[in-house]
Amino acid sequence: MQTDRAGGLAIADGKPGLKIDIQPTDQATVVRLAGDVDLNVSSQLRARLKELVREQRPRIVVDMAGVPYVDSSGVATLVECLQGVSRYGGKLCLAALTTRTRSVFEISRLDTVFSIARTVEEALQA
Amino acid sequence: MTGGVADKSIRVSVPSDPAYLGIVRALVECVARLAGFAEPEVSHVVVALDEACTNIIRHQYEGRRDERIDIEALLDLEAGRVQFVLRDYGPVRDPKHFRGRDLADVRPGGLGLHIIRKVMDEVEYSAAPGGGMLLKLCKRACRQTGQEG
Repeated sequence: MQTDRAGGLAIADGKPGLKIDIQPTDQATVVRLAGDVDLNVSSQLRARLKELVREQRPRIVVDMAGVPYVDSSGVATLVECLQGVSRYGGKLCLAALTTRTRSVFEISRLDTVFSIARTVEEALQA
Repeated sequence: MTGGVADKSIRVSVPSDPAYLGIVRALVECVARLAGFAEPEVSHVVVALDEACTNIIRHQYEGRRDERIDIEALLDLEAGRVQFVLRDYGPVRDPKHFRGRDLADVRPGGLGLHIIRKVMDEVEYSAAPGGGMLLKLCKRACRQTGQEG
């Protein structure tokens, strides 16, 4: 799948959308996102994260370096995942948030609820 | 906004399809920069307008993608102020019932209105003439001191 950037939208196979790449590592399951996470694609992300919660993955790191924008539906999706992971004693960490994305968490006062790492490496070592 | 020479306005209509939200965000970002806003205010205004459109799609149109959202942006370049007026063609609702959730109650959903109110200086809902709702959102740019002279 080829991805490209066009005005804040991720283009996957010629169509705007969110690219979700899930990579299990020794330390955690890394979910790498590319594209805006808004009402248009948050259900797509919710479905993938629900799979990981159902499988009770012990540690999930969401790499948000490729997310220029997240809206409240995207934040809600991550809150839902956090609550699901917490129920079985797992951990969810958000990593590499852009300034714009981080500001949405700050306005919502959720920056203190989530574990947020500066980089994926930092999240894996935590 | 009194219609003086410093006022500029832009009007667009977009489908109530979430696929068009990226276009709304790009437009709002351009408008905010033109009005003299800088980061992080630009980002904040973008998220507020995105959330306002998202709320219209979700609540006024109940997810229907073939409705219309009218957006008017009024720029007061001298004052560094921007006003957005969003109009939908959904039901008329009593704004008293529009409430964001308590942020201490951490759960998915209910954040949009909180974000809008947190970011914008003025947030005013009213019934639109002929049906639907109007949402007026105003924001004045924070001017840095010592720029003049």
